[in-house]
Amino acid sequence: MSTLHTVNKSPFGNGALQSCLKHCKPGDAVLLIEDGVYGAIAGSALAAEVRAGLSDVALYVLEGDVKARGIDAGKILGEVKSVGYGGFVDLVTSHDRTQAWL
Amino acid sequence: MSETKKFLYVNRKAPYGTIYALESLEVVLIGAAFEQDVSLAFLDDGVFQLTRGQDTAGIGIKNFSNTFRALGDYDVTKLFVERESLDERGLTEADLQAITYEDENDDWAEKPSIRVVSRAEMADIMASQDVVLSF
Amino acid sequence: MKIGVVVSEGPYTHQAADTAYHFVKAALDNGHEVPRVFFYHDGVNVSTRLSVPPQDERHIQNNWTALAKDKGIDLVVCIAAAQRRGLLDENEAKRQGKDASNIAEGFRISGLGQLIEMGIQTDRLVMFGD
Repeated sequence: MSTLHTVNKSPFGNGALQSCLKHCKPGDAVLLIEDGVYGAIAGSALAAEVRAGLSDVALYVLEGDVKARGIDAGKILGEVKSVGYGGFVDLVTSHDRTQAWL
Repeated sequence: MSETKKFLYVNRKAPYGTIYALESLEVVLIGAAFEQDVSLAFLDDGVFQLTRGQDTAGIGIKNFSNTFRALGDYDVTKLFVERESLDERGLTEADLQAITYEDENDDWAEKPSIRVVSRAEMADIMASQDVVLSF
Repeated sequence: MKIGVVVSEGPYTHQAADTAYHFVKAALDNGHEVPRVFFYHDGVNVSTRLSVPPQDERHIQNNWTALAKDKGIDLVVCIAAAQRRGLLDENEAKRQGKDASNIAEGFRISGLGQLIEMGIQTDRLVMFGD
């Protein structure tokens, strides 16, 4: 039994990602969408905190949102996987529930 | 309707500044008629929804905090409040309204609906649901 | 699988209605069912048929109307949220004594029970908001 969490806000202006990571269970996945993708930037002041929250939790970004914001793929945390909308759907169906951190 | 699902309403936003808290409560009240297994979660700024002494006369917006006390009449009796979220905001359980329900399985004894839980317990509650609605 | 979708922010100000639209299309392309999309909070504003965005921009409401028509998706607008925000169908306009209605084709106004029912009847529920 696992959960897909979605986060759509930048962690630099909002605590949704931090709160989400503190409530994840092993085997869960977090998908960053919309402004949430800024949470996957390597070398940011929050990168270490994000990384620390990822033990047994998989982190994904929505590719279209990353590209739209001009974030170079090389600037994304190494452990992050990139998915399209189809991949988003697969994440929804492969986890037991989806929780949006609005 | 034979199937019963576990519904969790997650409240992470403060009241009045935005409409989410009020419209979340409206879903809970309507949803009660569907006789599902309903829980409410209050964490982050959502804990501010339950504070005592709200007086909205000065802002011209309806005070809906009393409605939480009526939830027991709708068989909504599980209001989980995260302790860490209270702590971070300088609140304790004493700052929250007393919200109770009458337990029909225990000779209608009056019991508290609010259950203060740890962040780890809140994560477990979230992970045991069928449907999570976020407000 | 049956996937229910909630849109809880208005068009253009937030990306929610766009992300939801792309998600629903992808879900259908992947062979899943999306029987209903429920519009709540400011999300009800997606249903106005009076929106006139600049020609070089996406037309969010038209996109949803076309998708609903094409794929038979039930687009439900919460009545309580809609009335607060001035969105009325013909029946409601008449009942409330208003001189106009503004709900676009493909959307219907109904109660919050439709949201709960969607949660009960679908395998997954995905929310898009802010």
